[in-house]
Amino acid sequence: MGRVLSIQGGGRRWWISVGLLGLLFVLLALVVPLVVVVQRSLDAGFGNFADALASASFLRSLGNTATLAVSVTVWSALIGYPYAYAMARSGRVLSRVLMTALMLSFWTSLLVRSYAWQVILNDTGLVNELLLGVGIIDEPLQLIRTPLATLIGMTHILVPFTVLAVYAQLRGISPDLAIAARGLGATRTRAFWTVTFPLSLPGLAAGSLLVFVLTLGYYVTPQLLGGAGNAVIGQSIVEQTNVLLNTGVGSAMAVLLLLIVVLILGVAARFLGLGRVLGIATERSAR
Amino acid sequence: MSPADSRAPGAALDIRSITKRYGDTPAVDAVSLDIRAGEFVTLLGASGSGKTTLLRIIAGFADADEGSLLVDGQELRSVPVHRRDIGMVFQNYALFPHLNVEQNVAYPLRMRGMRGPERRRRVAEALEAVHLPTFGRRRITELSGGQQQRVALARAIVSRPRLLLMDEPLGALDRNLRDALQLEISRLSRELGLTVVNVTHDQEEALTMSDRIALLDRGRLVQFATPDDLYHRPVDDTAAAFVGESNLFRGSVRDDGTLDGADGVVFSPPSLVDGSAVGSGRVAVMVRPSLVRITAVGSAPEAHSRVDGHVSGIVYAGDSRKIIVTTASGTELIAREDAARPLDVSVEQPVTLHWDARSSIVTRLAAGSAGATAPAPETRRTVRA
Repeated sequence: MGRVLSIQGGGRRWWISVGLLGLLFVLLALVVPLVVVVQRSLDAGFGNFADALASASFLRSLGNTATLAVSVTVWSALIGYPYAYAMARSGRVLSRVLMTALMLSFWTSLLVRSYAWQVILNDTGLVNELLLGVGIIDEPLQLIRTPLATLIGMTHILVPFTVLAVYAQLRGISPDLAIAARGLGATRTRAFWTVTFPLSLPGLAAGSLLVFVLTLGYYVTPQLLGGAGNAVIGQSIVEQTNVLLNTGVGSAMAVLLLLIVVLILGVAARFLGLGRVLGIATERSAR
Repeated sequence: MSPADSRAPGAALDIRSITKRYGDTPAVDAVSLDIRAGEFVTLLGASGSGKTTLLRIIAGFADADEGSLLVDGQELRSVPVHRRDIGMVFQNYALFPHLNVEQNVAYPLRMRGMRGPERRRRVAEALEAVHLPTFGRRRITELSGGQQQRVALARAIVSRPRLLLMDEPLGALDRNLRDALQLEISRLSRELGLTVVNVTHDQEEALTMSDRIALLDRGRLVQFATPDDLYHRPVDDTAAAFVGESNLFRGSVRDDGTLDGADGVVFSPPSLVDGSAVGSGRVAVMVRPSLVRITAVGSAPEAHSRVDGHVSGIVYAGDSRKIIVTTASGTELIAREDAARPLDVSVEQPVTLHWDARSSIVTRLAAGSAGATAPAPETRRTVRA
């Protein structure tokens, strides 16, 4: 299905060799470090894993990470869905403006965006200066180094994934369907909830999964915006490796994080179809 | 074509002088249609004729700038779409892909708050009516085009709407399926006593299905009449050219009633054209190709109107064939004859076309029609996709 022509003969061989070069690069950059990490995690048998799982701070960071991932996913959905809907259904001008704003943010380094939030949320930052200036508060609010700061920064960084996934899905849904629903007796609101929204769910699920999984591995943003008491997994691993110089336990934690991610993706693939999650699937608006 | 009886569940729709402008150009220009309860009316026209805009106004997806829409005497324009109590069949069906057949058909009932056994019964009835009783659990993607069309129809009638609107309902189907469904849709709408407003650009579909046809051209209503009247008594050359195949001669009527500028046509009797009857000096004379006979030069009956020319083409079209004849001035005329008859002319052969005096139908020229500025006779043929 969909295959028009297959490449044959010399051209095909050329493409395969180029592809193999790419594969080599990916293997070097990904598999080699991975092997090293797995090796180190096992340098004391399963002792490193036992130590990691016995560490109260690691377990706390697991809990922090899960809470953060769920919150970021939910907020990204709440903010991203209407954004994507406006982008998919509004006129050309507004649609372009929304897309450009999103892409500017998306393409800006996450380091820059994290620092930007630091500047905004600092004790002497934009928000506090403003509130102090207006006279609503007498002394600066503790915004930076809080879970809230991490949540805001992370949501801002990851919301484009939700927007783009939902947008792609909405674009595949004919606006005629919602119009038809109205012609058959539905109000605009009900037409949305009974037709457009259910048809867009695969996009929302894919975007949310991406956001959730990506949040699990973030280190820089929580480090810059979060407080010391709210470390996430990434920070625990860095502490083990760089501060306590306990690379074995740090590696075990990294392997555990990897296993969690693989497990989540595996479950999601079963229920959503991995192709759709990765954005490869092109089938429109099926369940 | 039985007239609707007064107990028909469909509503009467009185369209009064509806006008809709986009910018300066009117898409619908003061169109009035008095549609009786239970009547099957087709809005027929080329693209840009305003037929779809008018349908969208009736459905409530667009509002008119002027005029009123009365359903059983009540103004509809202020009623929002979802409370207009219409059933609608959309172009390309617009079936909901995340719902199965049953859920699609149940949708209008769900929106009207109906649930439980009553809803199931009505859905089953509707599926029965379109001959898909066992298809309830199928997914939409598993259906053929014709089956999807039937589901769309079931979904449109399940709530027993006062008004059934159809937007090119058969446009996406192949010819055989279209023919079968045309008959089925008209049967169903009559059995249920529905008032139907159908939109199409396909004159054959309009002629087959409708009680009356509203022919639209550039936003204006040309003629609102039964298929028979529209075919045999077109009000002007636009109607004559659009509905059915026709040979048209446009010209001016002289004082003695003869036609000027008729491109070598000898009318018999010569004063057949009565200018006063059509209200202006400029007219179009229409002759249907199936009433035109073809014969060797000079052997046409005296009582017949006639014109000389030579055969420039012979085209078979199913059970009939078209003989294309080019006159001395280069005009192409058509004679259509039964394909089963032996062919007795050949290309390049000089011939005479002739027809009975009663076959000449005189109509006025539409304002702004091509014929009003260019008096040369012209033949239009309908091209079938």
